[in-house]
Amino acid sequence: MFSNWKTGIATVAAATAVSLPMAANAELSDGVLKIGVLSDMSGVYKTLEGPGAVTAAEMAVEDFGGSIMGTPIEIVSADHQNKADIAASTAREWIDDDEVDMLTALDNSSVALAVQGLAAERKVITMNTGAGTTALTEEQCTPYGIHYVYDTHALPVGTATAMVKNGGEKWFFLTADYAFGHSLRDNTGAVVEELGGEVVGSIQHPLSTNDFSSYLLQAQASGADVIGLANAGQDTVNAIKQANQFQIVQSGQKLAGMLVFITDVHSMGLDIAQGLQFTTAFVWNQDEEALEWSNRFNERHGAMPTMVQAGVYSAVSNYLKAVEAVGTDDSDAVRAQLGEMELNDFFVDGGKIAPNGSMLHDMFLVEVKSPDESESEWDLLNVVSRIPADQAYISMEETKCDLVNK
Amino acid sequence: MMNKVLFAIMLIAGLIAPFLAYPVFVMDLLCFALFACAFNLLLGYAGLLSFGHAAFFGGAAYIAGHALKVWGFPPLLGILTGTAFAFLIGIVFGFLAIRRQGIYFAMVTLALAQIIYFLCLQLPFTGGENGLQGIPRGELFGLFSLDNELTMYYLVFAIFLIGFGIIYRTVHSPFGEVLQAIRENEPRALSLGYDVDRFKLLAFVLSATMAGLAGSTKALVFQFASLTSAHWQTSGEVVLMTLVGGLGTVFGPVLGAVTVATLTHELGSFGSWVQVILGTIFVIVVLVFRRGIIGEIHHFVEQRKAARTSADND
Amino acid sequence: MQLITAQALLGLNVGVFYAMLSLGLAVIFGLLNIINFAHGAMYMLGAFVALIGYSYLEQWFGISLQIGFWGSLIMAPLVVGLLGIIIERTMLKRLANLDHIYGLLLTFGITLILQGLFANYFNVSGTPYPGQPEVLSGVLNLGFMYFPTYRMFAIVFSLVVCFATWYVIEHTRLGSRLRAGVENPQLTQAFGLNVPLMVTLTFGFGAALAGLAGVLAAPIYSVSPLMGADLIIVVFAVVVIGGMGSIMGAILTGLALGLVEGMTKVFYPPAANTVIFFLMVLVLLFRPAGLFGKEQ
Repeated sequence: MFSNWKTGIATVAAATAVSLPMAANAELSDGVLKIGVLSDMSGVYKTLEGPGAVTAAEMAVEDFGGSIMGTPIEIVSADHQNKADIAASTAREWIDDDEVDMLTALDNSSVALAVQGLAAERKVITMNTGAGTTALTEEQCTPYGIHYVYDTHALPVGTATAMVKNGGEKWFFLTADYAFGHSLRDNTGAVVEELGGEVVGSIQHPLSTNDFSSYLLQAQASGADVIGLANAGQDTVNAIKQANQFQIVQSGQKLAGMLVFITDVHSMGLDIAQGLQFTTAFVWNQDEEALEWSNRFNERHGAMPTMVQAGVYSAVSNYLKAVEAVGTDDSDAVRAQLGEMELNDFFVDGGKIAPNGSMLHDMFLVEVKSPDESESEWDLLNVVSRIPADQAYISMEETKCDLVNK
Repeated sequence: MMNKVLFAIMLIAGLIAPFLAYPVFVMDLLCFALFACAFNLLLGYAGLLSFGHAAFFGGAAYIAGHALKVWGFPPLLGILTGTAFAFLIGIVFGFLAIRRQGIYFAMVTLALAQIIYFLCLQLPFTGGENGLQGIPRGELFGLFSLDNELTMYYLVFAIFLIGFGIIYRTVHSPFGEVLQAIRENEPRALSLGYDVDRFKLLAFVLSATMAGLAGSTKALVFQFASLTSAHWQTSGEVVLMTLVGGLGTVFGPVLGAVTVATLTHELGSFGSWVQVILGTIFVIVVLVFRRGIIGEIHHFVEQRKAARTSADND
Repeated sequence: MQLITAQALLGLNVGVFYAMLSLGLAVIFGLLNIINFAHGAMYMLGAFVALIGYSYLEQWFGISLQIGFWGSLIMAPLVVGLLGIIIERTMLKRLANLDHIYGLLLTFGITLILQGLFANYFNVSGTPYPGQPEVLSGVLNLGFMYFPTYRMFAIVFSLVVCFATWYVIEHTRLGSRLRAGVENPQLTQAFGLNVPLMVTLTFGFGAALAGLAGVLAAPIYSVSPLMGADLIIVVFAVVVIGGMGSIMGAILTGLALGLVEGMTKVFYPPAANTVIFFLMVLVLLFRPAGLFGKEQ
């Protein structure tokens, strides 16, 4: 009765598992390697992670051959409904009663922090792909927590660096008035000033603001080159849409999204979003390899992958590689191996997992295409420049993680 | 008689539950059950519909969490701090809300709770949408580590029983009888010389305090406080729990909380349909099932009794 | 000064939505004595009818038809009004003799259902409505600012709807019958008027107003399953501040609070979402029945 998630089990492997030689079987603790995909299947993050993350994880397991050292690999999945308590009790149950070996997805920062914390107490690796908060690898870092795709430092800092270099020197921020928005604004503002730019103003607006027109007019009057949107989701979409009504981009100011996903652009449409610049870890048609994988994903899922969904595939397959390399699913050994490996696949090129758990990899500054440039439904983004990992992520000298600087 | 049987069932079920189901999940149920009982005190006995009880539940969780984590309070003192906070905002909310009646009362509590929600989001110590994380469970009386799930469980069960006992005693005291008189006919209670507003305020504050106790305990169990607990949808869920179980019955809210919380947990794989299903239950309960589960049982027993008496008389 | 005038106009823009929604609530409350919690969901539904009519009819239903903005302005209130009528006939009616809080609870359940249904099919971050008519795109030069033409249209149109509703209820025969129905249903029934029918139609009309507000909002805000959820709580506070004694009271309070919120956005933006709640506290302290209300 208390194990609903079992219905979500995908027994990807069972058949292929039998035929393989039973070599190092004894090393894997309980006869099956379980990977838990805990995501928001119903709310705000559904389209950017959700069921697509489960599909991506299943693809990773299938591509790996469905089993590891003769042991079958299983995916379990559940919806945390964006509630940290549901996420925490599901994750505990998975780990304590069902011996799940690794947890991934985990969008929504309260879910992410809660699960990473309790998994670390039980020595279970988490590979977070969905949440943005830098607390995962900073104040609340753990020896087993890995933050894989992006964080709220990499996105705005990448965007700011590239935009200031392209002449966007005066910035005005529309900041969602809570910790998350403040940190986006502060991280970005610091970079802008470091590069010789100037922050000419900032407005703190409440979360879930409907009407941005008043703030946009104030931003317009400030004479800034760039209006930085230090917010997310519905707030960002609303602000961009209303900037369009007041013809702000047309009159010469640029909009910079601090946290935008391709799904947001897709639902806004190119008419409204064109010209918007933001940073992403992955664009599905960035190169041949990515395109090939994304088309496979699209066939199964019915939409092109977001960076988060592609990241789930990459995280799961690299985890499996690490387990195979060390020949055990012991978390300490696997985590050490993950720290040694250089990660290369269609998603990441020369990535390294730092001691604080941050996966350091290059990011891309992209610009939303105009309707004329776009050739298909999902052909939405032009890559403007590549942001090297050391510029995007917090360096090991600056990190506040206790594991690094003791 | 029936209450005694139900109490025995609840006691036994509570004692053996952690061996049958996942303890953390059962602790979650107990917190919601206490929350629903607190809510029922107000709606079921005083007839006041608060749509803002999440403010006490969620707000207390943050304060308790902060006391435990930053001030280093021992577990029980931390819970008491959170509860005291709920008591204080209960006074403020109650004072404002009882100035309006009926539906207005519901709207006022909802709007006031929204202020608390914004505070939970914006105040620096709450961690915004990250939530307040990493609350230590600590040691009970400095002796028993609460990191042990069973120790933690029995503490939560004890807290639940205390809260439940307080609410039970209140309802079955002269105070509770006056409350019910007010619910039935306010002008009449007024004309009998009762200070109606004072009774309402006391009921409101007590209900808020118990909701705070439940919220504080939950923060200790899960080791974090999050915005979900303070959101208006939580206020709605507690109404649903109480209705499903049986409004104005002693055990109804407990059963309702167990039913609804288990349902949301079990429906995890249905995605957005969870909300649709909860909404549908809401509609069905309001339309055809207003007595709730326990209420219907009571009704059935009463009817049988009545039928038997009239049969005897024949 | 220019800035203030410009911001006042934007505040009015928000205010007309508060006015339309609280007007609908007040009309329903007047005759049925219930608070329609689903009012926000109906506003959301209105916006979605417009969006679906414009973009999804062919894709979802295989009907090769596109309903433009003007069509939606008629369609959406009809659809939402019809839903309102169905809800009243099949459900609310059965609660007529019970405590009014059951009506609130029922409509709360309906809100969850509607929100959940749309969250299944649409991005919660919001989808922009692409069907804003060509005539209304662009900006107007008002001398002191450039103001989007569509927003100006929304302000004028909503004001006309609000005051027309007020006129019909306060100054026509139909309105006087309605008011009679509110004050003494038995007597009105005895005079041969069909009160239950009036109740049903009134609920439908209130719902239609919410749907209409939704269509008007669609080109301005992005259309999202949760667009009504937070708004309705603010509108409740508006209603508590105004009191539901009069139609004009609901309209004026809505407009005034839009202006107050607009000014807050200039002088202290972080409080923009809470200022109305704080005003509500003040009103409760000093004038518990609300600005236009009569204590029952």
